[in-house]
Amino acid sequence: MLRIESISKTFYPGTVNERRALDRLSLILPDGDFAAIVGSNGAGKSTLFNAIAGSFLTDSGFIELDGEDITFRPEHLRSREIGRLFQDPLMGTAPHMSIEENLSVAYLRASGSRYSFFSRVGKREKERFREQLSLLNMGLEERMDQPVGLLSGGQRQALTLLMATMVTPKLLLLDEHTAALDPATAEKVLLLTENIIRERKISCLMITHNMNQALSLGNRTLMMNRGTVVLDVSGEERAGMTVQDLLDRFAGNAGREFNNDRILLSAFPKGSMREEAERGERGREERRGGEEP
Amino acid sequence: MTAFLTAGIIRTALEVGLIYSLVALSLFMSYSILNICDLSTDGCYTLGSAVGAVLTIAGHPILGIFAAMLAGVCSGYVTAFLQTRLGVESILAGIIVNTGLYTVNLAVMGFSSNLSIFGTETIFSLFQGISGSAFWQDWSSLILLALLLLLTASVLRLFLSTRLGLSIRATGDSPAMVRASSINPAFTITVGLCAANSLTALAGSLIGQYNKSSDINLGIGMVTIALASLVIGETIFGRKKMTMRILGVVIGSCLYRLVIAVALRLKAPTEAFKLVSALIVAFAIAAPRAKELLSFERKRRRAMRERRRERGEGHA
Repeated sequence: MLRIESISKTFYPGTVNERRALDRLSLILPDGDFAAIVGSNGAGKSTLFNAIAGSFLTDSGFIELDGEDITFRPEHLRSREIGRLFQDPLMGTAPHMSIEENLSVAYLRASGSRYSFFSRVGKREKERFREQLSLLNMGLEERMDQPVGLLSGGQRQALTLLMATMVTPKLLLLDEHTAALDPATAEKVLLLTENIIRERKISCLMITHNMNQALSLGNRTLMMNRGTVVLDVSGEERAGMTVQDLLDRFAGNAGREFNNDRILLSAFPKGSMREEAERGERGREERRGGEEP
Repeated sequence: MTAFLTAGIIRTALEVGLIYSLVALSLFMSYSILNICDLSTDGCYTLGSAVGAVLTIAGHPILGIFAAMLAGVCSGYVTAFLQTRLGVESILAGIIVNTGLYTVNLAVMGFSSNLSIFGTETIFSLFQGISGSAFWQDWSSLILLALLLLLTASVLRLFLSTRLGLSIRATGDSPAMVRASSINPAFTITVGLCAANSLTALAGSLIGQYNKSSDINLGIGMVTIALASLVIGETIFGRKKMTMRILGVVIGSCLYRLVIAVALRLKAPTEAFKLVSALIVAFAIAAPRAKELLSFERKRRRAMRERRRERGEGHA
């Protein structure tokens, strides 16, 4: 169980850039809960993940995982129990190491004694890697000697997912981990994520900008604004909700409209608006790419 | 050919090449794997030779080797401490340690700028003493060094596939991944630099006993020479399989010494060697970027030509 008690974090305190990213945020995530988090840009979603994972220490409040106070535990020790996936598929794997070596790093980090520095991966583990890779259905089990840098974004993200859950974590943090993938791959990775989470009953927090996902995935929806949780629905209340309800509730709670194009666009899945926006975004990206020397 | 390059010349080139390859392996560890430029190599190499020479003169050549490696570990630890705990830029940390080591090395050698080993056994003379045959007299040093290198390279290869070794590789390859997995980069960098510098110091102690002397300026330019060997090795053997990469570094270093031997036979001025190594390294490391620029320029030219032609046709 994850218990967050009134954590706050202010960036650049005492300067003109001072920004309160987390504002007395409290949250309890019971074992096996899978919560989707939505919120405007700058609402503090990623900051919350960074605080939980230990990328920085919070200014006040405390964080407990499974009854243990981890508020001041360094990041690399927390990551024994917290798995994490980023939006950028390049961030979760080492490109010049082979698939097998990447899996070995993930496997060796959490298994066995903390001080078994010289342990190596044996034949039996390699067989296990092969089995798990075959579950991804991407043919990666035949390419275990190849460097990860040769894989596509979707394959790398699937591999990262496998690595993060190789030894079941107490908590899984998914930071828009399918946002950078093409729609078909994104769906595949998402399905994979759901399966793993369901089978192993992993507690999970997932940031998404897709309102439909926010309501359909997992068993709970959280909405953040200005560094705190403004909406927390689950059970029947959530089951009866539509995307429009969610948007209305946000406006009601936050006292303002959503400021995020991507959220609003994803709220109308098959509308022309979305296509147009995607085209626009692609165009923008091309222009941006063109400017580079 | 035999007149131009005698067996003796080739043998000496290989012997020195094998010793230098330890420094190249050290840089392989810090530069290729950890992605850190460790500029304390020059000083650490001299440190190894000074410590080794002092103990050899005292009559403990084998202990000298291990003591030198230990000294290298200490030097690596200081470099790592500066950059992981105190936030000093990694390049600067190396330079600082390198500067400090100059005084340390002088102190080790009893504040004299060079030491000569005479009258006492070195590991080479001990090994040579095993047999009296003429063949053994000539080749024992090379055999000893080859065995040492085989041992070191195998240990390094095995180490890099252990949990700690893989963590070190991941640290250099993907800092973002390391942050999300339970690897403590401060720890892996420290271990990596300690191991790397122990190899550098080992090379220093071997060259000291090999040349039967130690000099305060012995290490100057060692980083560049070792980088040149590393680059030669990686160019020939590629950067794919770890075993091949390690082998490539060793062979690259031997090749480099052979090239130098040939140059010496051609009466090239020895003063030019450092400039040549510098050029090799600069060219080799700049090559990929230069290739990119060239192909871009070619593409641009072609596009311009085509556009001109199209416009020309349009007017006609």
